[in-house]
Amino acid sequence: MAESRIDVSIERKDEPQPAEGKRHPNTCPSCGSHYRDEELSSALRVCRQCGHHFPMPARERIAHLADPGTFEEEAADVRSADPLEFFDLRPYRERLAEAELQTGLGEAIVIGRARLDRHPCELSVMDFSFLGGSMGSAVGEKLVRACESAAERRVPLISVTASGGARMQEGILSLMQLPKTVCAVEELHEAGGVLISVMAHPTTAGVLASFASLGDVILAEPHALLSFTGPRVVQQTTREKLPDDFGLAESNYRFGHVDAILPRTELRPYLSRLLRLFSREHRDG
Amino acid sequence: MTAEEQLRLRERLAKLKRLSLLGGTRLSSDLERLEQQLERMDAEVTDEEIWRSVELARHADRPYTLDYVERLLEDFVELHGDRGRADDQALVTGMGRFRGRTVMLIGHQKGRDLKERTQRNFGMAYPEGYRKAMRVMELAGRHGFPLFTLVDTPGAYPGVSAEQHGQGGAIARSQAVMARLGVPVVSCIIGEGGSGGAIAIAVADRVLMQENAIYSVISPEGCAAILWRDAGEARKAAAAFKPDALHSLELGVIDGIVPEPPGGAHADHDEAARLLGEALELALSEVEGTPPDVLRRERRAKFRRMGIYA
Repeated sequence: MAESRIDVSIERKDEPQPAEGKRHPNTCPSCGSHYRDEELSSALRVCRQCGHHFPMPARERIAHLADPGTFEEEAADVRSADPLEFFDLRPYRERLAEAELQTGLGEAIVIGRARLDRHPCELSVMDFSFLGGSMGSAVGEKLVRACESAAERRVPLISVTASGGARMQEGILSLMQLPKTVCAVEELHEAGGVLISVMAHPTTAGVLASFASLGDVILAEPHALLSFTGPRVVQQTTREKLPDDFGLAESNYRFGHVDAILPRTELRPYLSRLLRLFSREHRDG
Repeated sequence: MTAEEQLRLRERLAKLKRLSLLGGTRLSSDLERLEQQLERMDAEVTDEEIWRSVELARHADRPYTLDYVERLLEDFVELHGDRGRADDQALVTGMGRFRGRTVMLIGHQKGRDLKERTQRNFGMAYPEGYRKAMRVMELAGRHGFPLFTLVDTPGAYPGVSAEQHGQGGAIARSQAVMARLGVPVVSCIIGEGGSGGAIAIAVADRVLMQENAIYSVISPEGCAAILWRDAGEARKAAAAFKPDALHSLELGVIDGIVPEPPGGAHADHDEAARLLGEALELALSEVEGTPPDVLRRERRAKFRRMGIYA
């Protein structure tokens, strides 16, 4: 029924869970290979056996993409408030504090200036481990500041998303981050700026339905779930039989929603090539 | 509530009074009713009142977009199809005359009986619906017609083909088209303002909400299923995320509340339409005549300010 649907959620909706909840985070969910943390980290968190892409923490993503020593974080002081004094089974403030403790991040997004292969750019990277990468007021504000910083410095913005969607605990204010970020991308585009959108697993709901889909170029990681509504909710609501690749990057590519699917190991050189093509020197010949 | 939030609230209320979006012959009694609303707000909206809004917003006899079109627009011509794949009947688009001027209209449409509900897909649009909306927005922009949007949807349709045809991207681009429009845009949430499916057509210069409408990031049932792990806890969820009009006003998300007839809009469609017409006229008159560049800039600046963070 219409009433029971969910279109924004911070839950993981698609991970196959073999031994329910018991799998170690460094055990590959598709082939069962197990890695030490340094091992996984040095392999860009891609399984050497089967190529499965593990979630990548924002700091590691930045360390990988930015030339060494070039990343300067911006808006690190922008944190979530609790405008609704939201309380479900636990207070929102407690969930925030816990996420901060677990991830070492102040929010589900990190932004800042950087160089990639010597090309100056702005980086905006989301982290799924911080409350499901959900977008509340602070995440929206930081994404907007990334757009503004990119426009002001006339450099491309590279956005890497990993998000379950809008953050329910901030209610309607979370929904307003959709138009807020959309307007910021519009301003960036009007100023001649470039947005390259990299969709990692998962990029769903409110983030897919706003800035992430407005990239001049949209790239995706293999097998990333990129859907407005997750498979579980679609299944429950419509009782349709879902295709095996429902919502996955591969399906999105087939239907024309992304420009390319890139294994993580190939992402950096690809971005470098794009930055070169978009650079002013190239345009002016 | 912190002192700062109090202040912000006061400012908004003052602004609302100045706008007096209540218009019409019954202005004084409406204002009185608003005063009562404001007093109630000071005393905090109760959980029961929030849930009553949820019920009234979904009331089976609540007026839908076409009920208002019939009463507010003359010479209405409906425009069909996204020029690509389909005509999504969950979204109605068209043009008509509103108090002497041609306007474009986009609105979600629910159905009255089972047949029409199915045909309208319960007001849940596919990407094709949002593409039709974008086409009509661009048409408005091209000819300089003001745009009204009426929002009434549980959400964008969560189906396999909706995903395959790019639901997320369509909602994102629809907002982007609205962020670019150089014509006045006034939106009103007339029932359920459900998440992405709602905001896709609500990036407006003035956003209004009917007294008993709701505007939310997720349905109460959906929120309950995730955070309480029990869809039956919808009342608790609604009380926690506060989808009612007064809270939306307080949070700076909407610009004004449109009163409904006593008992709710379903009780008297004609009166509900009259009150909505007054509010649309007032809101439109505030932005009409503004140069396109200024409209665009101010609309974006307004959404740029949304959100509360530390």
